[in-house]
Amino acid sequence: MKTAVVSTFAVITTLSAPSTSAETLRLLTWGGYAPEEVIKLFEAETGHNVEVTTSNNEEIIAKLRATNGGGFDLAQPSQDRIASAQEEFGIYKPIDMTKVDADLFIPSMLAATAENTTYDGKVYGLPQIWGTSGLVVNTVEAGDVTDYTDLCDASVAGKVSYRLKRPTLIGFAYSMGLDPFAAYDDPEAYQAILDQVETRLTDCKPNVKTYWDGGDEIKNLLRSGEVVASMAWDTGGWQLNADNPDITFVAPEAGALGWIDTFALPARGRADDAAYDWINFVMKPEIASIITNSAGNFTAAVSGDKAVSPDLKTRYQASFDDEAIDNIKWYPPVPAGLEAMEGATLDRINAAK
Amino acid sequence: MPNPHPDLVCRDLTKNFDDFCAVDHVSFEVPQGSFFSILGPSGCGKTTLLRMIAGFQSPSSGDLNIKGKSMIGVPPNKRPVSMVFQHLALFPTMNIGDNVGFGLRQRGIAKAEIKRRVETVLDRVGLPGVSTRKIDQISGGQKQRVAIARCMVLEPDVLLLDEPLGALDLKLREHMKIELKSLQAAFNTTFVYITHDQSEALVMSDHIAVMNHGQFEQIGTPHEVYHTPSSAFVAGFVGDANKIDATVVAVNGSTLTLTSTGGTQMFIDAPSTAIHVGQSAEVFLRPEAIELVAVGDGVNDPDRVNVSDGVIESVLFNGANSSVTVKDRSGSLLKVSLPQTGAFTALRQGDRVFTRWNPSQVRCYPAPAELEN
Amino acid sequence: MVTDKSRLGFYLLLAPILLWLMVLIILPHIGLFIVSISEKIGPREYATGFGNYAVFFTEPLYWNTFARTAIMSIVATALTLLLGFPIAYYIAKLTRGRTKTTLFLMCMIPFWVSELVRTFGWMILLRETGVFSNLLMALGLVDGPVEMLYNDAAMMVGLVYTSILFMVVPLVTTLDSLDDGLIEAGYDLGGTSTSILREIVIPHAMPGIVSGCIVVFMLSLGNYLTPILLGGKDSLWFTGMIYSQFITRFNWELGSAFGFLLLVLSSLVVFIGLKLTGQSLSNTMGPT
Repeated sequence: MKTAVVSTFAVITTLSAPSTSAETLRLLTWGGYAPEEVIKLFEAETGHNVEVTTSNNEEIIAKLRATNGGGFDLAQPSQDRIASAQEEFGIYKPIDMTKVDADLFIPSMLAATAENTTYDGKVYGLPQIWGTSGLVVNTVEAGDVTDYTDLCDASVAGKVSYRLKRPTLIGFAYSMGLDPFAAYDDPEAYQAILDQVETRLTDCKPNVKTYWDGGDEIKNLLRSGEVVASMAWDTGGWQLNADNPDITFVAPEAGALGWIDTFALPARGRADDAAYDWINFVMKPEIASIITNSAGNFTAAVSGDKAVSPDLKTRYQASFDDEAIDNIKWYPPVPAGLEAMEGATLDRINAAK
Repeated sequence: MPNPHPDLVCRDLTKNFDDFCAVDHVSFEVPQGSFFSILGPSGCGKTTLLRMIAGFQSPSSGDLNIKGKSMIGVPPNKRPVSMVFQHLALFPTMNIGDNVGFGLRQRGIAKAEIKRRVETVLDRVGLPGVSTRKIDQISGGQKQRVAIARCMVLEPDVLLLDEPLGALDLKLREHMKIELKSLQAAFNTTFVYITHDQSEALVMSDHIAVMNHGQFEQIGTPHEVYHTPSSAFVAGFVGDANKIDATVVAVNGSTLTLTSTGGTQMFIDAPSTAIHVGQSAEVFLRPEAIELVAVGDGVNDPDRVNVSDGVIESVLFNGANSSVTVKDRSGSLLKVSLPQTGAFTALRQGDRVFTRWNPSQVRCYPAPAELEN
Repeated sequence: MVTDKSRLGFYLLLAPILLWLMVLIILPHIGLFIVSISEKIGPREYATGFGNYAVFFTEPLYWNTFARTAIMSIVATALTLLLGFPIAYYIAKLTRGRTKTTLFLMCMIPFWVSELVRTFGWMILLRETGVFSNLLMALGLVDGPVEMLYNDAAMMVGLVYTSILFMVVPLVTTLDSLDDGLIEAGYDLGGTSTSILREIVIPHAMPGIVSGCIVVFMLSLGNYLTPILLGGKDSLWFTGMIYSQFITRFNWELGSAFGFLLLVLSSLVVFIGLKLTGQSLSNTMGPT
C-alpha cells in the first residue's frame, strides 16, 4: 500500500514534472558557453527550451539595464562586474542556494565568488568558467615579448595590437610595478595610477597597428602575421596554437589577469526553475568537460577537467607553470564609478596623436 | 539679290542615320537679311537640317558655308549662328538679364558693357527694364522675345528658329508672326525658320523651301509656292486644295481635257506639264478658286467651262474663312470658299448651287503610280 | 457630406505619418532628453540639471571629437559629390533605356549586402596581407607589404563608398529633369563645357546636390561601423563615443546628452550649409 502510494506519487511527479517546469530558458551568455550538444542533452533531460543570446560584460549590463532586469532568465557576467551593477541598477535577484547543488562547485571558487558578488548581504553570483587575459605572441617573430609593456618595444613596432578597454589599463599598471586592484577603493590613488598608465599607453600608440575590438578580429590579425604580439585571452592563443605552433598564449611576468564568469539571475527573469536546472546541469563533471572543450576555458566544476581533451591540457600547462598560476591577478569587484574614471582615460588615449 | 555672297549655303547636305536618310542631298542658298522658311510635315528631316546648321549634328556628306566659311567640324559654340529653340530653352535658374547676357559673358565682355547691350537689345524687342524679372514672371509672347533677344545680342550671321511659335495659343501665334517678321526686318539678320505650319511660313518668309522625305520639293517665294506649286506634294501641303483623281482624255495644245473618277469632265490650262492622253493625273483645285453661281445665273452660256451643279453638303462657318462642301452629281465632294462680300450667306444644307472655275486656276500632276512606272 | 468623407480620408492618410513621427521620432527624443538632463549623484540617485551638456563643452576631447566627426563628414560629403556627380550625369544624360537601368542597378548592387559585409570587403582589399598590397608587390611597385587600412584615408574611402548611392539617386533625378535643350542652348550661345556646367547644369541640379549632401552628411555623421573598422587607432567618431557612453561606461545620461547634441549640432551644420548655398529646405526636399 505504502509503496503503491509512493510509486503513484512518483508517477504523478514524473508526469507532471515536464508540464509544470517545461519553460523556455533565455540565456544571456558568451560565445562557446552553451554548445549545441549541451543544449540538446539539457532539453532532452529537463524538457526546457533554451534560447541563447551571446554577448559580453558591457552589453550584458546594458541590455539588462534597458529592461530593468527583464528579457532574460539567466545571465553570465564576470564576477567583478556584478556587485557594482547591482548597486547602481538593481538588475539581478539573489541566488537561492537551496536550489543549487553546491557539491558540484569547487568550494574555494564558490566561496570567493560569493564574497565578491555579495551586495547588501545577499549573494548574486555562482562561478562557472574561469580564464585569464595575458599575451598572445608569435614566439618566433616576437619571442622577447614576455610582459605587457614589452608591447611598446621598438622591435615589434607596428605589429602590436591590444584592446582599448580596462584590462589593458590594469595589465599595463601591473607591468609598470603598480597595484591597481589595491587602489580600487581609493579613487585618488587609482586616478594617479591611471594617469601613469595613460602616459605610457599614449607613448606606446605609434607601436600599435590597431586597437582590436572583437575576438575574431585579433585572431585574424595574428594568423595573417600582420600582428605578432597582442594582449588577448588565453583561449584565443590556444586556438591559434592549434593552427600555428609558433603562436601561443604567454602568461605575462607581471601576472595574467584572472576572471571568473558567473551565473546571475536577472531581476525580472521568468524561468528561475529552468535557470537553476541549467546551473545544476552544466556543472556536472561530464557536461563541464564538454563546455571546456567548446569554450577553451576551464570550469569551476568539481572534476570538470577529467574529460577535457589532452591537447588543451598540454597547451594550458605550457602557458601556466605553478608560479604563473600563483601569479594570476584575480579581478576584485569593480567599485561603482570606477568605469567612468577609466573611460575618461581611455578616451584621452584614443584621442592622443 | 542685294548681296552676291549669301549668308548660308548648303551643298548636297546629307545626313544618314542607321537605317534611313533624314536629309537627302539638300542644296540651297539664303541671301543676307532674308527670312527663309523650311516648311514640311513632321519627320520630313527639317529639324535634322536645322540642327546640322546649328552644329548639333554633323552631316554625313556635303558642305555647309556660313558667310563663305565652311562650318564642317566647327562646334556649335564656335559658329556664328544662334538658335531659338522649340521650347525656347530659357535658363530657368537665371533672371532675364542673365539669360540675355549669357552669350556675352562667354565672350568675356566687361560687365558694364554686357549690361548696356542687354538693355539695348531688350529695348529693341520691346521689353525695356525687365532684366531683373524671373523667367516665370513673364508671358509666353514675352518669353519669345527674350529668347530672340538672347540670340540677337550676339549679332549672329544667321538666326535659326525651330518652330518657336508651336507652344503659343492661336491669337498670340497670329500676333507673333507679324512681330517676328518686323523684328527680322529691324535687325536685318538672316532668319532660317522651320515650321510645319504653312500659314507661318507664308506670312513671314521671303523664301520658302518645302521639304518632304529629306528633300526639297520646291524653293520659292510664298507666292510661287502657293500659286505655282511644282509638285503634287507642294500643292497639297501648302494651302488648302481639293484633290481630284482624273484621267486625261484629250490634249489640245496647252489645254487638257480630263474626266474625274466620278465622271465629271474638266478643262485645264497646263502649259508645261508633260502629260499624254490616257494618263492618270491628280488635279488640285483651291477652294477660293471656285466660284459659286446661283441657279439660272448664266450657267448655260456655251463658252463657260468647268461648270457643274450640286447640292450643299455642309456649311463650315469660320468667319472670313467660311466655306461649304458641295456634292456634285457624281457624288464627289468639293470644298468651296464663300466670298467675303456677304453673298451666299443664306446658303443652307441641301440648297442647289452651280460651281465654276477657271481652267488656269488649277494645277495638274501625273498621278504618283504613273510616276513610278 | 462629401467634405466630411474626404476629411475622414485625409485623417486616415495622415494617421500613419503622425504615428510614425510620434512613436518613432518624437517620443524617443523626449525620452532621450529626459535621460540627458538627469545627473548622477550616487548609485541610483539622480538630480535634474544640464551638467551632462556642460561636460560636452568643458571637456575638449568631446567637442574635438564632434568637430573632427563633422569635418570628416563634410569632406566625405564633398568627395562623394565630386565622385557622384559625373556618375549621375553620365547615367542621366548620356545613356538611354536599358543601359541606363543597368548602370543604375549596378550602383545599387553593393547595397544588397549589409554594411558590415561591405566594410569587411574593404578590409580584405586594403589590409597588409590583402588584395591591393599583394597586387602592388606582384607588380614590383613596392618591396614589402603595404598597410592601407587603419587610417583616415581608408575610412574616407569606406564612407564615400557607403554613401555614394544616396548622392547619385537624387542627382540622377534632378539631372534627368534638366531639358537637353538648355544644354544645347548653352553651347549654341557660345558656352564652353565648363561654363555650361557652372551656369546651367549645377544651378539646375542644386536641389539634388543639396538633398544628396544632406543625406550623405547625416549618414557619414551617424556612421558607426566604418570609422571603427577601417579607421584604426585614431578613428575617433562621435557615434562611437555615444556607443561607449551607453554600453561600456553605463553612462546613459551623458550618452543621451551626446545624442541630443549630435541631433542639434548636425542640424545646425545642415542649416549653415543651406544658408551658404542659398537654398531652402523646402525647395530642396519639395518636388523639383
